[in-house]
Amino acid sequence: MDMPSPSKMVLSRKAELVSRLLQVLPTDAVIEDEMETRAYECDALTAYKCPPLLAVLPRSTEEVSAVLRICHEMDVPVVPRGSGTSLAGGALPTADCVILGVARMNDVLETDYANRVIRVQTGRTNLSVSGAVEEDGFFYAPDPSSQLACAIAGNIAMNSGGAHCLKYGVTTNNLMGVTMVMMDGEIVELGGAHLDSSGLDLLGVICGSEGQLGVVTEATLRILHKPEGARPVLVGFDSNEVAGACVSDIIKAGVLPVAVEFMDRRVIEVVENYAQAGYPLCEALLIIEVEGSEPEIDAQLTLIREIAERHNPVEFREARDGDEASRIWLGRKSAFGAMGQINDYMCLDGTIPVSSLPMVLRRINELSDEFGLDVGNVFHAGDGNMHPLILFDANKEGDLELCEAMGAEILKLCFEAGGCLTGEHGVGIEKRDLMHVQYAPADLDAQMAVKDVFDPKWLLNPAKVFPLDASDSRRALQVAAE
Amino acid sequence: MKPTSEQELSELIAQATTPFHIEGGGTRSSGLATGNALDTSGLTGITLYEPGALTLVAQAGTYITEIESALAAENQRLAFEPADLRDVLGTQGESTLGGVAASNASGPRRISAGACRDFMLGVRFVDGLGGIVKNGGRVMKNVTGYDLVKLMSGAHGTLGVLSEVSMKVLPNVEMQLCLRLEGLDPARAVAAMSTALGSPFEVSGAAQDADGIVLLRLEGFEASVRYRAAQLTSVLADFGAVDILDDQNLCREIWRDIRDARRFKDVQGNLWRISVKPSDAPSVLEALSPSQAQLDWGGGLIWLAVPKGTDVRAKMTVTGHATLMRASSDTMQTLARFHPEPTPIAKISTDLRARFDPKGLLNPGLMGGLS
Repeated sequence: MDMPSPSKMVLSRKAELVSRLLQVLPTDAVIEDEMETRAYECDALTAYKCPPLLAVLPRSTEEVSAVLRICHEMDVPVVPRGSGTSLAGGALPTADCVILGVARMNDVLETDYANRVIRVQTGRTNLSVSGAVEEDGFFYAPDPSSQLACAIAGNIAMNSGGAHCLKYGVTTNNLMGVTMVMMDGEIVELGGAHLDSSGLDLLGVICGSEGQLGVVTEATLRILHKPEGARPVLVGFDSNEVAGACVSDIIKAGVLPVAVEFMDRRVIEVVENYAQAGYPLCEALLIIEVEGSEPEIDAQLTLIREIAERHNPVEFREARDGDEASRIWLGRKSAFGAMGQINDYMCLDGTIPVSSLPMVLRRINELSDEFGLDVGNVFHAGDGNMHPLILFDANKEGDLELCEAMGAEILKLCFEAGGCLTGEHGVGIEKRDLMHVQYAPADLDAQMAVKDVFDPKWLLNPAKVFPLDASDSRRALQVAAE
Repeated sequence: MKPTSEQELSELIAQATTPFHIEGGGTRSSGLATGNALDTSGLTGITLYEPGALTLVAQAGTYITEIESALAAENQRLAFEPADLRDVLGTQGESTLGGVAASNASGPRRISAGACRDFMLGVRFVDGLGGIVKNGGRVMKNVTGYDLVKLMSGAHGTLGVLSEVSMKVLPNVEMQLCLRLEGLDPARAVAAMSTALGSPFEVSGAAQDADGIVLLRLEGFEASVRYRAAQLTSVLADFGAVDILDDQNLCREIWRDIRDARRFKDVQGNLWRISVKPSDAPSVLEALSPSQAQLDWGGGLIWLAVPKGTDVRAKMTVTGHATLMRASSDTMQTLARFHPEPTPIAKISTDLRARFDPKGLLNPGLMGGLS
């Protein structure tokens, strides 16, 4: 993985930078010791590491603004960081950067049930947003699987999804407003508890911009009342194709389950060994969950059963109580852990049209044979967001590179099938160099033009998202300015 | 000028030296239009429709009616229910997908299903230099690069002319019921709607019509809809008697009238569309004392008529935005159609336009200016 070489000018001015930052931040908010900065050397994409020059942990929007103003004046790159759970390297530092962590900003600022919104500081974790309104029967819908740890700041940066977005949408559909600090320190307010924008939808482009346009410090989020109930069913099939066709038929029939999860034989076997969830050993397994009142659940499940039975399932199991529901979810929820027990793995995130599911799964198996690496598939089938897990051995010379090469082939396949490189994890550095596959130079230029406007000096998370050769001339302006 | 392909559109813009005003079906008022008309209704046709993947892709000039009938044949729909404003604005023509997308036109279901922008999966557009750009795609989850799809929704063509849009569509519903409550003032009406929207009973429309009647819509499978109607009736007991309307045609008509703000058709004065926090709606109404008003989105969307030339924004003391929807041209000369933005935001918008349209060709008078 290529990263630009650190700016010698910035490295040489570390002492001056520290002293200026200490004028605007308390001592405990500036981390310069090399032992301590190491804590920020990577995110959840642990294959790549680089300690930053410094890390700062501000406690308010004003402190963030003061930090950015100084970094802007001194031409120091800034990498914003939520909880560091990015699987794409979104928070990977460079040696000349300041890591700006928002973890200390985790307050709930306002809870407003009449208008169904909550305003929080963005260092707050995803799950604790729901936690703040749970007792009153409300929740915040986007639920990435890292929700216990991941911060709203990172959710906004990556436009995170989750298992339930078929019904509730992803972050961008639930984000109503932000307070954001621009790279030059200016604080701007966008949106709020009212809907939509009169001018350009800047909020829409900020969400998912991977921390490259500004640092979002506060967010207004939509909250919903929890449904009265939910019930999953488990359906086993003797082929991937048939399972894929069943998903498509259910959606076509007018049922919109809150989640449709898919597991292939490889994953089922591993999960059974690990968690003994009592899954049938078959080629493909679907977990379909519906929500609502009892009559709503019954109506939906009756229809789902009818459709599934037309596809001759090897098993159709409906949860009769909470205990059975947890058993159905047990295997799915432990799938990633279980795969991790048997091997190192790389988790991909391409999305495909649901109709291409059988073809893509068949091709992935062929690629698995070609590369000699095992693959398990466990993913959100309702919206086509695949998560192929490529198994490899991190201690074996060349295995990581082989795995990355195979991952690239799978992502190209997703794009060729009508889909995209990443459905919910983001580009970061992981898919950066594959962006050429999905986008022509003009498409990338249009995106980079947005960054030019928000961050003319290209100081915010500069070496991410866009292939380095595409962003070279823009970043070079910065180097030339030295 | 009426290009019939994206390529033609691109060449036309690349060679242009004088500004355009971009037009789809011409059903939306374009304020003080200046420049040559650029008619996108020659870019037509549904290019892909996969009911099993809930996806439809069409050229920007495709009529919404054509899309809706293709969807109806598969028992699906555009869930954000774009308004048909021809009656109230006194316009003719046929609404196009590009026009709906470019204006982020969303109806009563905005509060539950989402806005037009939430259903846009991908766009192709031609920028102000004639460059063809694509963004997004045709899948529901896509975080590959910046979301220019959102940026193009509601940009009214100022950053580029849409040539193709891919949409997420949703299944149609088995039936709907409409709950009616009478005799509530705006404050009580908003409180009733908030109670309903804050319940687990999935209300898909919450409005107070021009006669002061509160309307709540429930949709889905019959057993579920009837159950939820009964539950809501008891939840709303404090607000008075709840009348349940069962007639499907009548229910559809009621929500079409709300969506299209049809009651303002023959009302004199300027017509405004205001987006605020729902609980702020009563104070806005009190400050403005409109001759006629309608609340939608649980109170978050106010349609109102005021005497000609009234500067609604000057009397709005709450956060939100007001758009002047219908006025005579002399009023349009003095009151901006779009809500002015605070300085740092206005600067970002201006800079984005300068990047995407450096020659200032695309709807130059629209947004940010007086129209």
